[in-house]
Amino acid sequence: MEVIGEIFSINGPVVKVGKCENFKMHDQVFVGDEQLIGEVIGVDGDNTIVQVYESTTGLKTGDRVVSFQSPMSVTLGPGIIGGIFDGIQRPLKSIEDKSGPFISRGLSVDPLDKSKKWKVKMLVSKGDVVSGGAVIAQTPETPQIMHKVIVPPGIGGRIDYIAPDGEYTVSDVIAEIADEQGNKTQIKLSHRWPIRVPRPYKNRIGIREPLLTGQRIIDTLFPFAKGGTAAVPGGFGTGKTMTQHQIAKWSDADIIIYIGCGERGNEMTQVLEEFTSLTDPKSGALLMDRTALIANTSNMPVAAREASIYTGITLAEYYRDMGYHVAIMADSTSRWAEALREISGRLEEMPAEEGFPAYLSSRLAAFYERAGYIESLSGNEGSITIIGAVSPQGGDFSEPVTQNTKRFVRSFLALDRQLAYARHYPAINWLSSYSEYAGLLSGWYEENVDDRFMLNRKRIIALLQEEASLNEIVKLIGSDVLPDDQKLVLETARVIRVGFLQQNAFHPIDTFVPIKKQFLMMDIILYLHDKSKDVLQRGIPISQLIETGIFDSIIPIKYQINSEQLDKFDLLRNKIDEACKKVIENNEVVKR
Amino acid sequence: MKMEYMGLKSISGSLVILQGIKEASFEEIVEIKTDEGDVRIGKIIELAKDYTVVQVYEGTHGLSLKNTVTRPSGKPMEFGVSREILGRVFDGAGRPIDGLGAIFAEEYLDVNGKPINPVSRRYPRDYIQTGISSIDALITLIRGQKLPIFSGNGLPHDELAIQIASQAKIQDADSENFAIVFCAMGVSKDVADFFRKSFEESGVLGRVAMFLNLSSDPVGERIVAPRCALTAAEYLAFEQNMHILVILTDMTSYAEALREISSSQNEIPSRKGYPGYLYSDLASLYERAGMLHGREGSITQIPILTMPNDDITHPIPDLTGYITEGQIVLERSLYQRGIYPPISILPSLSRLMKDGIGEGYTREDHPDLANQLFAAYSNVQDVRSLASVIGEDELSETDKKYMRFGEQFEKEFITQSFDENRDISQTLETGWNLLRILPRSELTRIDTKILEKYYPRDEG
Ligand SMILES: Nc1ncnc2c1ncn2[C@@H]1O[C@H](COP(=O)(O)OP(=O)(O)O)[C@@H](O)[C@H]1O
Ligand SMILES: [Mg+2]
Repeated sequence: MEVIGEIFSINGPVVKVGKCENFKMHDQVFVGDEQLIGEVIGVDGDNTIVQVYESTTGLKTGDRVVSFQSPMSVTLGPGIIGGIFDGIQRPLKSIEDKSGPFISRGLSVDPLDKSKKWKVKMLVSKGDVVSGGAVIAQTPETPQIMHKVIVPPGIGGRIDYIAPDGEYTVSDVIAEIADEQGNKTQIKLSHRWPIRVPRPYKNRIGIREPLLTGQRIIDTLFPFAKGGTAAVPGGFGTGKTMTQHQIAKWSDADIIIYIGCGERGNEMTQVLEEFTSLTDPKSGALLMDRTALIANTSNMPVAAREASIYTGITLAEYYRDMGYHVAIMADSTSRWAEALREISGRLEEMPAEEGFPAYLSSRLAAFYERAGYIESLSGNEGSITIIGAVSPQGGDFSEPVTQNTKRFVRSFLALDRQLAYARHYPAINWLSSYSEYAGLLSGWYEENVDDRFMLNRKRIIALLQEEASLNEIVKLIGSDVLPDDQKLVLETARVIRVGFLQQNAFHPIDTFVPIKKQFLMMDIILYLHDKSKDVLQRGIPISQLIETGIFDSIIPIKYQINSEQLDKFDLLRNKIDEACKKVIENNEVVKR
Repeated sequence: MKMEYMGLKSISGSLVILQGIKEASFEEIVEIKTDEGDVRIGKIIELAKDYTVVQVYEGTHGLSLKNTVTRPSGKPMEFGVSREILGRVFDGAGRPIDGLGAIFAEEYLDVNGKPINPVSRRYPRDYIQTGISSIDALITLIRGQKLPIFSGNGLPHDELAIQIASQAKIQDADSENFAIVFCAMGVSKDVADFFRKSFEESGVLGRVAMFLNLSSDPVGERIVAPRCALTAAEYLAFEQNMHILVILTDMTSYAEALREISSSQNEIPSRKGYPGYLYSDLASLYERAGMLHGREGSITQIPILTMPNDDITHPIPDLTGYITEGQIVLERSLYQRGIYPPISILPSLSRLMKDGIGEGYTREDHPDLANQLFAAYSNVQDVRSLASVIGEDELSETDKKYMRFGEQFEKEFITQSFDENRDISQTLETGWNLLRILPRSELTRIDTKILEKYYPRDEG
């Protein structure tokens, strides 16, 4: 049913529509002669408020606004993976085909390629009883991802018709389901789902395994969890985007949804270029074969930036329901919050802090709530991990978006301007970052990596904290006057910082480090520390040990030992033993 | 067809409110005829059935409620382009002001441009040698990048911009396909003259299109000036295949103009009175830099902004830094110590440098060398503050070396004269010479192989 209204006023992306009472909240609408896409975001008495996802330049009062009375939705089906879409799931490649390198308005493009044929294998037979969420067919979407065709939630019954195995497009009917009353529903390879409505699942399952990223400081000190939430706040240039890119490249998720929300165009171009040439270390498949990109860059319409987050998370839920572990990156959630603020300002709503609307907090909560490790309606296990970048104004973490985000995320990687200035990357501050998953995951690490893993982690953290408090003294009097055991703490902590925490994203070996090597690196540093302590206990000054160069020789192991040569760590132990032995012997000679 | 409307409902700041306008469209340009008969232009920034808000670019002084005549043009703001615009001078609204007559336009383009499709972008990778060591080695400029200068009042940002513009060696660019688009926003006549004269002296004036909205010019036009300039740049780069360097100065005046207009509209401000959409608005300018698939040209942007109170966390530098691909930060204390260019390297950054340096681009040792110079100079800051507490004599031997490194680094690497043009290998060699002040064990940022090859002092 078509509902028509007319424009009463236009203020930026916000259009008020008069002369119609039948618009419903979150309806998708088409605005003006060019049929710009918009969404109803408010219905109050006389006026319906619409946010328009394209530039509103040129609209006139009195222009038609049409609604087909269906909510703002995405199309879910094969062809999402490997694609790059704008904030409302329009493929940017199709837009380019239609309008060239600059994005025009009012383009009508299909979210998924309607002509492409997918090789589908049916998994049910006529007469089978299925319910919403059931997997009835599958098709290889990419060499890496088997796409499961799911009965849309809310539909169920007996399979009345099932197409034979074969090649089908996203709009071909592959099955018909008859419910108890005999009403039939056609099932295609794709279905629509409203972006503001979380997709249902059977159960939430607790956190059980880490989302490994190959980034040492994350995996060891501040782990992410599959199904968990994380925030990466930091001023400009501190490494939010690099961190997100690294996770997108190397994490052990099955599927990556990367949302460039109000950030740079070139960064999306870069992901696109890199991911179509880099391969996944585990599967050997192209990274793009497990990734979907959503790009609503800073110069694209601001309202679509608001929608991009929901578009992204809905795609993520769809793959989660197939039983995949999905990681979703949003760079940056602050731009999304600012889009909310801008729309809210145009509506002259009462602002709360710094002009942000009072509902900022509940919107953030609702977004992060869509993360989780779940059992799907069909009994598959899947998860969504959300990793949101936050761009605090002036790098000041006390601002509303950072503070509100902090309430809903459980891993918090605080990026630090001073570390970035010193080019200590990743510039994650080890004193102010945290992960509440560390405790929950200790069993996993002990079982799957080493039973000393958590112990080592604890010792590393303790050494870094001790260093921080010693630094307070050093700042005032220099380090020369410290007793030797404290000098050793400083020296070990230096090795930890420079040799372990620092990780060069551009180095072929260092960019991704398997968890086993991460453990061995911690272990060898602590071994050196313990051995050095023994030496000091004999009254030998630490300077002698430092002079042997043994500390400095541990620092570059991250570049020298690649993941296939982990037995080299044993040689390092011998080297440490020898260095210590030599120092001790020298002293005995002197004594004699 | 074109309707005319007599009279205004109200006037507030640079805005006028009208009633009863029919057939107007959002963000179209209107002509406004004053009592005296001169014609101004404005833009519809809010449109409702019962009222219309117009922002008048040249300001509202002298407008009367009764006799002002308004005429909608039916179009957004346009700028007429052709290759003829090179060598010409325009006002902020794109009208020639050099007395050389009108431009014979090949086409008229909407000055607001359209967003570049991310899939159509070509990722910039080719470095531009500026001949300035600190920039080339540590904050490498890449063709198609947007790299602003964060400066302060009275610092030599104009000189630096000119030095970059005149020394820049852009790959594939020659005197035929290289041009400069210069846009002044709210700067003094002296500054504009300085740029003009400098372009003239380096013999490029004929290849410069200048857009001038000086501090004495209308604030409203300040908002359109960079849009006209970038429209010109896009035309030259993407339709005429030229490599364009765009200098925008001063972005702070631009943002202040935006604030002024926003507050006269009674909009809810975010930080320091700036409108909540400052980020998106700045992005709509900065994101017009770059390169496209299938087009040879490029737009490299060097916006200049003066940080109020030298405060990098002020919304203007802050939001700029969130959008641009790095920043070159100037520091007053370096300048006061007589260092030119007073580039504070630690907060400076070139985000695109990582993909445009190293083997096959500059030299294999460049990334590690840069990294190490940053790390070492950052350590110098700590050592200096320790020295100021305990005295330089009490420093450890290594720390004393850092003190020396810091001094030499500022003297030999950062400092260079306004007309000194160093090539990249000279710059990198100077860098290695400085690192040799430090013990080899301190150079933890450099891959062992590179260190072995480059650290030992050259024989002879
Ligand atoms: N892990 C890293 N390894 C190496 N360089 C990094 C790393 N993280 C950040 N950088 C450097 O810092 C720059 C800015 O990082 P980016 O992620 O773009 O910052 P943000 O998104 O916080 O503004 C990058 O261009 C790169 O040079
Ligand atoms: Mg970023």
